[in-house]
Amino acid sequence: MTEPLALRSASEDLAAPLPPLLAEAEHLATTVLLGDHGRKRAGTGDTFWQYRPAQPYDEARSIDWRRSARSDANFVQDKEWQIAQSIILWVDQAASMTFASKNNPTKAERARTLALAAAILLIRGGERVGLTGLRLPPRRGEAQLLKMAQLLTQDDDVDYGTPDAQGMLPHSRALYVSDFLGDIQPVEDALLRAADRGVRGALLQVLDPQEEAFPFDGRTVFESMTGAIEHETLKAGDLKERYLERLAQRKDRLSYLARMTGWQFYTHHTEQNATAALLWLYGALERRK
Amino acid sequence: MEHWNDANERLFSFWLKVPVRMESDALMWVLGNIGFTAPWLLLGLIALPILWLLLRAVPPAPIRRRFPGVALLLGLADNESQTDRTPWWLLLLRLLAVAAVIIGFAGPVLNPQHARDGRGNLVILVDASWAGAGQWRDKMDRIDTLLSEASASDRRTAVISLTDLPDDDVPFASPNEWQNRLPNVQPQPWLPDQAAVEWFTGLDEDFETYWISDGLDWDGRENLLATLETKGNVTVFQTPRPIIGLRPAKFEDGEVLVSAVRTPVGTEIAPTITAVGTDPTGAVRQLATVPITFPAGEAVAETAMVLPPELRNRITRFETSGARSAGAVSLTDDSLKRREVALVAGSDEREALDLLSPLYYLREALDPTADLIEGTLEDILLANPDVLILADVATLTEDETAGIQEWVEKGGMLLRFAGPRLAASDLGRSSEDPLLPVRLRSGGRTIGGAMSWGEPKALAPFDQESPFFGLPVPNDVTVTSQVMAQPDPTLSERVIAELADGTPLVTRKITGEGQVVLVHVTANAQWSSLPLSGLFVQMLERLAVSTRPGTPEKEALEGTTWLPNKVLDAFGDLQDGTALPGVDGENLLDPVLGPDLQPGLYAGEDQQIAVNVIGPETMLNVAAWPARIAVEGLAITRETAMKGWLISAAIALLLVDVLASLAVGGRLRGPRADVAAALVLLLLAAPHAEAQDSGDEFAIRATSEVVLAHVLTGDQNTDDIAEAGLRGLSQTLFRRTAIEPADPIGVNIETDELAFFPFLYWPITPNQQLPSREAYTKLNRYLRTGGMIMFDTRDANTAGFGSGSPEGRKLQAIARSLDIPALEPVPSDHILTRTFYLLQDFPGRYNSRDVWVEAAPADAEQIPGMPFRNLNDGVTPVIIGGNDWTRAWAVDEYGNRMFPVGRGTAGEQQREYALRFGINVIMHVLTGNYKSDQVHVPDLLDRLGQ
Repeated sequence: MTEPLALRSASEDLAAPLPPLLAEAEHLATTVLLGDHGRKRAGTGDTFWQYRPAQPYDEARSIDWRRSARSDANFVQDKEWQIAQSIILWVDQAASMTFASKNNPTKAERARTLALAAAILLIRGGERVGLTGLRLPPRRGEAQLLKMAQLLTQDDDVDYGTPDAQGMLPHSRALYVSDFLGDIQPVEDALLRAADRGVRGALLQVLDPQEEAFPFDGRTVFESMTGAIEHETLKAGDLKERYLERLAQRKDRLSYLARMTGWQFYTHHTEQNATAALLWLYGALERRK
Repeated sequence: MEHWNDANERLFSFWLKVPVRMESDALMWVLGNIGFTAPWLLLGLIALPILWLLLRAVPPAPIRRRFPGVALLLGLADNESQTDRTPWWLLLLRLLAVAAVIIGFAGPVLNPQHARDGRGNLVILVDASWAGAGQWRDKMDRIDTLLSEASASDRRTAVISLTDLPDDDVPFASPNEWQNRLPNVQPQPWLPDQAAVEWFTGLDEDFETYWISDGLDWDGRENLLATLETKGNVTVFQTPRPIIGLRPAKFEDGEVLVSAVRTPVGTEIAPTITAVGTDPTGAVRQLATVPITFPAGEAVAETAMVLPPELRNRITRFETSGARSAGAVSLTDDSLKRREVALVAGSDEREALDLLSPLYYLREALDPTADLIEGTLEDILLANPDVLILADVATLTEDETAGIQEWVEKGGMLLRFAGPRLAASDLGRSSEDPLLPVRLRSGGRTIGGAMSWGEPKALAPFDQESPFFGLPVPNDVTVTSQVMAQPDPTLSERVIAELADGTPLVTRKITGEGQVVLVHVTANAQWSSLPLSGLFVQMLERLAVSTRPGTPEKEALEGTTWLPNKVLDAFGDLQDGTALPGVDGENLLDPVLGPDLQPGLYAGEDQQIAVNVIGPETMLNVAAWPARIAVEGLAITRETAMKGWLISAAIALLLVDVLASLAVGGRLRGPRADVAAALVLLLLAAPHAEAQDSGDEFAIRATSEVVLAHVLTGDQNTDDIAEAGLRGLSQTLFRRTAIEPADPIGVNIETDELAFFPFLYWPITPNQQLPSREAYTKLNRYLRTGGMIMFDTRDANTAGFGSGSPEGRKLQAIARSLDIPALEPVPSDHILTRTFYLLQDFPGRYNSRDVWVEAAPADAEQIPGMPFRNLNDGVTPVIIGGNDWTRAWAVDEYGNRMFPVGRGTAGEQQREYALRFGINVIMHVLTGNYKSDQVHVPDLLDRLGQ
């Protein structure tokens, strides 16, 4: 199993070349906690936004005397409204993710690296990052990364993971990383629930090249990684076409769901460079609407 | 051509292989020519169908694969259900493997040998005629095997050659003794005859007969068979094999007609006929080749060769390539030769009729039998004709006279006819003209004309000394005019024909090697009626102006004795025949060949007659045997145990099965496909692993350092030894001399460039291929441009220079088309004896003195006081010997000597001399005749103690 520290350092490496990832804060009003995102309107924040004439409800101590001294009226300095976005990650840790073909990393490894790399970028950008469920609520700071790395290295022993829509703050952002090969229904439910709460995000499908190519022939018993599911065929080669069809359907479905809910969908293969996927993540989480 | 022969032979022996008799052999069960040592195991084959069903029921085991995508597969059904059974071809493969194992363990033996158990005396008869010469070695091997068998059952045995019958009784001896004497049995260039029947009829012993037949029918063969059958069992060994006989060539209408006859008559074949003769340097070589096509079903074939007269006159014999026998060789005698006759007449001053032309009758008489040349004297002398005829030519320039004289002295024949101009000239009046045999009196004489007295004179009968002796003198030949010879002391011996009154008609003088003949009348009918008669033609023939067509008449041969000059042996090679007694001329006319009249060239007084094995009408017939006689193939069928092969085949099949099973089970594709592919690639690539030397690499390797090279013979063992030998020599050169050669290279004369190598060692093996025409061109260029080839027959010259041993014959065959100069055994002052070491012997593994090199020019002179002749030019292009030098030189990779030489210290000394000889040779090749330089003579003199 991947050591948390090793995972962290690998992710740091991956994240290093990119500028801090700034997630878009879509809705200002509902976000409670302060972040670094200027909202281009007056509000609580650190940076200067504008001077405006003091209103009766302004406290006297808020009057900017230096500005007021240059005229007859009193002015108040408005600050730009700044918020921090919360991003919730879900990384599939089920057994199916432990599959790897020769010379390729396991899908889980790649998924964790990518997720943590994104987390590092986000935290550096001042966002708050957490995991789904109630295991790790969104927080900022390096300590959060350590905890996250810790949690990400834990494996599940079910065959296929199901995303957890719990603990998702409304109008926050989310990142789901999985192979999405298991039952699609829980994913669909989770997505819809998230969409209901106004959560936008990205679906990253990590697949092994063998899963994409199905290079098998002859009499074969296929079994899932835990061995719970079995399928026997006498001529695996015959199944290739139909398998690929189903895989394409699955991707279509995911893509459709993503479009419906305003999410982004991307398929990454483990033999590809991880940076490409991270770039995509950067773009997807940065995208504004 | 050789392909043709081999292929045919193989074909014949395959189809006509006589089935081995089924013998009730308790141990072995025989099927066709395969026997089984454990036949009961074959019952296991019955189990194969059961195995089929079993295997069919069991599908190949599935592979278990972890695959996360399985969730997507759930619910997908297979399209077809047939693959749950093993595919039929895989089944077949496995069954074959099992069958191979079963048959393999049943102990199959190809050509199982049956012990020929017989008792009592055994006679092994050999036809031993020319027809079997090509197969002689096979025959000897067969006899050897038969003798071995006979020796196992301890029978008294005799081997009798039908062409060379023993003098008295059947020479019974133990088979082992006969095995030792076997090399003495040699084929003869004639067929057995009735004498053999008579000889066997005279015997009163009983014996069993093995008859090794040549496959050719001969007179009395059936009688002999009947005789032998009264003595005991007869078994015939005979392999049908095409026999080709070459009939004597004829000259017709400017073409040489060659015909050949064959047996058995079969499909169309086209062997090549080669005309062999000497080239202007005297070397024997192929002059022309022409294919001769036997149409299917025809026994006789004919073809024509068109050759220029110069070439045609040089032909000494025709050969059928690919057939080695006396029958496939046809010697030519004078009948094919046509002399070149040059005709020159005095300038025509008047408009004469053709019939009056001095040359008309000569042309008519000579045209059928000679090639005529006409032109100016200068041109004619350049063409170097055999005969020059000057008809009534009186004036010759000084140059012309000198030219003709020189030509006559070198063997030309000048024939002059008299005429008005000669009579009117002063030629030969006061002194004898060198180009006239006698002095002439002025004017000549006319008799029997209108203005003269006397009758026209008839001819006197020819004198016994005269070359015309024996020609009938017709009465109607008269002479009306003639030039007269001045009476002289030498006149009488120069007259070879005279008139009835004693005046000379034809006179002759020998000059140098040639002769000058004067006919004292004209060549036309002006002075005599001689040119109109048949006598004129005969006289010209006798003077060897024209050649006689064909063999002389019977009358002419009666009472003459002809001496064998060269005789043919059964293999078609010419041997010296001068030790044989002469034969009666009558026998030559219709030759019955035998020990007394061997085929060959017979020389008479002024003519040669070729006696060939095949006459102009000879037909060949296959020896057919009655059904009661057991006929066996000649091929020695060696017992071949096939168990190993079959088991290997089974293992190979099982290996294929492994791959096939993997393929069926999907294991050849998928994750492990790369391994499997590599495996398959490896299997496929293994035979091609041999890397090709690219041309450039070869050139660089050959030229960057001095490299000794040997010719690849195709025989791996010989090539290895040659390489080891040259390696040993290279190492020795490296240690002792300034020559530092790299590792030797094997050269393929067909494909490799030869110009890179200063020296080629060519070991001769009896069965190596003759070089192709292109290779010969390359070799000849190599020899002419200073390369040296060292031929080694490696047979210690046991049979004298190149004659008897198979290697020697092969060497002759190879060298025939090579541009090799005249040779001589290494003279004691040859440069090879002192290029580096002073040597007088040239030993290799054998120590024969017969080592041949290019002959020194005849005019090499020895200066008095000098030990050596003055020979300063050229490197001998060839060294020919049989001392097996490379074996003496050979070292392995570790520098150890590979072959013993002689015994003890003497042997080592011989090896040392062999190495020294090698060093001398390479020094000679690289430094030429540097050591012939006079500078070294004093030192050499000191060391020689002279």
